[in-house]
Amino acid sequence: MLKGGVIMDVVNPEQAKVAEDAGAVAVMALERVPSDIRRDGGVARMSDPEMIEGIKAVVTIPVMAKARIGHFVEAQVLEALGVDYVDESEVLTPADEAHHIDKWAFTVPFVCGATNLGEALRRISEGACLLRSKGEAGTGNVVEAVRHLRSILGDVRKITQADSAELYDWAKRLGAPIGLVQELAESGQLPVPLFCAGGLATPADAALAMQLGAQSVFVGSGIFKSDDPARRAKAIVEATTHFSDASIVAKVSRGLGAAMPGLEIDGLETTFADRGW
Amino acid sequence: MKVGVLALQGAFVAHATCLRSLGADPVEVRTPDELAGVDALVLPGGESTTMSMLLESAALFDPVAERVAEGMPTLGTCAGMILLGREILDGRPDQRGLAAVDISVRRNAFGRQVDSFEADLLLRDLPGGPFRAIFIRAPFVERVGAGVEVLATVDGHPVLCRQGRVTVAAFHPELSDDLRFHDHFLKGI
Repeated sequence: MLKGGVIMDVVNPEQAKVAEDAGAVAVMALERVPSDIRRDGGVARMSDPEMIEGIKAVVTIPVMAKARIGHFVEAQVLEALGVDYVDESEVLTPADEAHHIDKWAFTVPFVCGATNLGEALRRISEGACLLRSKGEAGTGNVVEAVRHLRSILGDVRKITQADSAELYDWAKRLGAPIGLVQELAESGQLPVPLFCAGGLATPADAALAMQLGAQSVFVGSGIFKSDDPARRAKAIVEATTHFSDASIVAKVSRGLGAAMPGLEIDGLETTFADRGW
Repeated sequence: MKVGVLALQGAFVAHATCLRSLGADPVEVRTPDELAGVDALVLPGGESTTMSMLLESAALFDPVAERVAEGMPTLGTCAGMILLGREILDGRPDQRGLAAVDISVRRNAFGRQVDSFEADLLLRDLPGGPFRAIFIRAPFVERVGAGVEVLATVDGHPVLCRQGRVTVAAFHPELSDDLRFHDHFLKGI
């Protein structure tokens, strides 16, 4: 049960312990955090199973791991390793230019990214049981996360106001199954939880995502690329819980040292969020 | 009669929705002031390691322990069961239990995420047939102290217990689309 929590990227067992002690609800085990993947370039793949097992061995909270978009064998491997969730992630280099993984073929639950409601509903139709707005991972810049969250939830709000004929047009424009659009119009909400990811670096960023309607947050490079990861991690956990209480967000934001260095989106060579179809 | 739902992390929204459907007016509890205003409390499922850290940082640990010890009607589900027990097995070394129910609870006792399951439980206090219980990375009780009633088991492991005004469940009744469990809790307040 991950709602109202923080999922943290970790690259080794020591970081995983820091994350658990700080109150993370889950960790994402990967070899390099997104900012390093961005810096190094080249092809980014699923992590070494040994490294994932090393992290699984030291924490009692759920462990997630990333497979490349469309790389169903990496997902099979992660399922065989017993990870708790597979993230079919745009942070890794896509393995398929047209198809995402058919996630219904798996027992392990999948997390997928989305930049807009159409993408979100397509991932749900493929069997994703958890969504995250993509943001732009490894930038320490929250602007894309806000754009994607607003786009997804703004369209959800509009669809709840649409009449039954308009829903067919929504389905066409979103490239999403009409059944899911109708279900959403009736219930007023996505059928799976929506978390926020990509560029969150401060307690205030986490509280911003929660106030905009995210149900949990992923923090990747933002913790372990900062000056004082243990303190920042705990502060982000507290800000995620007390997201609507500015005095608590202010209190936990004090004296955390430098956040990770941030990047302007316009200057990026690769935008991870554009990966996915 | 105000029912609080501990809203530090986890499935608190789903619990509040169930309580609201039954005509109650649930209050989210994140601070000692909010706790002081409620007459009953639900501790939801989530990560018990996260919630125990947040109970301490929000200065709620001792006030919650005191209120529960004074006899406030309390329901704990999944992580809530872990938090309300006397002893936590496989938790973080510094993780404290609220010690409201004299049980030892093992975290993730039924396995990892992929081992999550559903089971039909026949509950004495719930007329109308079995209750479909959802177990997610669920704990179970390994030791039951004197004065604790075991109300349901799975494979011989206690998954629903009661001591005084405190009921703890290893499963997630708020996800079952069946309001009988919450209805029974409200009627007992």
